[in-house]
Amino acid sequence: MPETVELTVNGTRLEVPFGSTVAVAVAIAGVACRTSVTGEPRGPLCGMGVCFECRVSINGVPHSRSCQVVCAADMEVITDC
Amino acid sequence: MTRKAQKRFDVLVIGGGPAGMAAAATTAECGLRTAVVDDNLNLGGQIWRGDSQASAPADAAQWASRVQSAGVTILAGARVVHQLEPGILIAETENEVYELAYSTLVLATGARERFLPFPGWTLPNVMGAGGLQAMVKAGLPIRGKRVVVAGTGPLLLAAASYLQKHGAEIPVVCEQASWVDLARFGLALFGQSGKLRRSLQLKRELARVPFVVDSWPVGAHGQTVLESVLISRHGRVETIPCDYLACGFHLVPNIELAQLIGCQILNGCVRVDDLQQTSVPSVFCAGEPTGIGGLELALVEGQIAGFAVANRPADAQRLFGSRDKLRHFARALDRAFRLRCELRRLPLPETIVCRCEDVTHRKLSQHNSWRAAKLHTRCGMGPCQGRICGPATQFLFRWNPDSVRPPIFPARVESLASMSPHLEPEPAEPIHSAMIGGQ
Repeated sequence: MPETVELTVNGTRLEVPFGSTVAVAVAIAGVACRTSVTGEPRGPLCGMGVCFECRVSINGVPHSRSCQVVCAADMEVITDC
Repeated sequence: MTRKAQKRFDVLVIGGGPAGMAAAATTAECGLRTAVVDDNLNLGGQIWRGDSQASAPADAAQWASRVQSAGVTILAGARVVHQLEPGILIAETENEVYELAYSTLVLATGARERFLPFPGWTLPNVMGAGGLQAMVKAGLPIRGKRVVVAGTGPLLLAAASYLQKHGAEIPVVCEQASWVDLARFGLALFGQSGKLRRSLQLKRELARVPFVVDSWPVGAHGQTVLESVLISRHGRVETIPCDYLACGFHLVPNIELAQLIGCQILNGCVRVDDLQQTSVPSVFCAGEPTGIGGLELALVEGQIAGFAVANRPADAQRLFGSRDKLRHFARALDRAFRLRCELRRLPLPETIVCRCEDVTHRKLSQHNSWRAAKLHTRCGMGPCQGRICGPATQFLFRWNPDSVRPPIFPARVESLASMSPHLEPEPAEPIHSAMIGGQ
C-alpha cells in the first residue's frame, strides 16, 4: 500500500498520508473550505458529515462534504465552490 | 450516470455504529436477511471511527467480525434521504440511488455534538471535540499543535486524551459543569466498574493537563483562522493562544429519520417500548436516538432490538437488567452535564447562530418560534437543515425544532426524481451538480 497520495487543491499539487480525507488535504493546503453567505472563511466543524461547513468541489462535483471523502490519486479539489 | 437499484431485506438497519452493528449481527445470526446502511465508508460509527483495523478495541473487532460472519449486507457511503412509502426508503451514494425495501426497520442513527454559538465560533479551526478527533483519525497532523478543549460531557476527556496521545499540546480542558455535579456523576459511576475504570484511566493519561470546571469559552479570535481563545474560569476571563479549539456541549440524538417516518418523539428522543419498538409498527430504535447513554447501552439496546425483531423475546428479556443499570447511568449523564443558564448569554447580538445562512442572534431574537424564525430569517434552511442551529436555538430560545421534511439530507436531483414512483430521471444531462437541501 502506498504511504502517500497526491492530489491538487486549487491547482496546487499536494502529498497527503494515504487514507486522509479531502478535509484533511484542504487543511494541509492551509486554505478555508468555503466562504459563507456574508463572506466569512469556513472550515470543518463536526467532522462527521452533518454540518456541511467543509463542502468543496471534488473532481467537478460541487458541494461535496470533504470530511466524508477519502483522497484518491490525482483528485482535483477546488475550495470555495 | 446515476443507477437506480432496488434491494429487499428482512431487516434494514440504519446506522453502522455499535447499536446498529449489535442489532444487525443479532438478526443475521437468527437467520434474517439483514443490511446495514451507513453514511460513512466504514462501520463503527463515531465512537469506533477508524478502529476497524488492527488497532481496534476488542469490542469493536468482535462486533465487526460477528457482522461479517453473519453475512450482513453493508451499504457504506449511503445516506437515507426519504421514505418513498411505508416499507421503502430511498438512499443515495456517490453515484447510485437505492430503493431499500424492508419488513422491519431498526433505526440506529446515533448522535451528534451539540454546538453553542459564541463570538468567533465560526472561525476555521474552531471544531467540535469529537469533530477534531475525527479529523485527526482521518489524517490531520496534530503533533505539536496547541489545542484548547472545552464544552461539556465525557467526550471532552476522551478527545483530549486522544489528541494528547497523538502529540497535541493541551493547555487546558474546560468543563462548564460544577464540581458538585461531577461529584454526583462520579458516585453514579461507582455502580459501573467498567465506566469508572475508563474515566480514572482517562484522568491518569491527562495527569499533566489542567482540568477546570465552571469554565467555558466566551470568544475565539483570529484573522482568517483561530489564533486564541477567551476562556471564562470561575468568572475571570483569560486569553489562551492556540491552534485549535475543540469544543462541544455534549450530544444530541439524530432523530430526523425517526421523525420523518412518524415515530413518536418524547423530550427530543425516540420513544420505545421494552423491546425497543417505536410507536410505528415494525420500526425499532436502539442507541443514542432513544436517549444519550453511551457505548455499552447502545450495544445492549441493539441486541434487544435484534432479538425482538427475530421474535426471540426471551433472549431480549435476559438483557433488560443490564439495560436498566446502563439507563441509570444515562440519567446521571443528563443531570451532570446539564447546560448552565449563563451559556445562554454567550452569543452577542451580532454573533452568527445559523452558520449555513449566517443568521445572527439579533435577527433570531425578534421571533418567538423555530417556525417563525425559519420563515423570516432562513435559519435552519441551509444544507445542514437545522442539525447544528436547531439544538442551539432549542437551548438559547427554548424553541422546539419540530418538523422535518424530505429530503432529510441534501440530495441530488436524480434521487429526488426517484422519490416519485412515476418519474424516471432524464438520462441526458449531467445534473449531479444540483443539490437541493432547502425546505
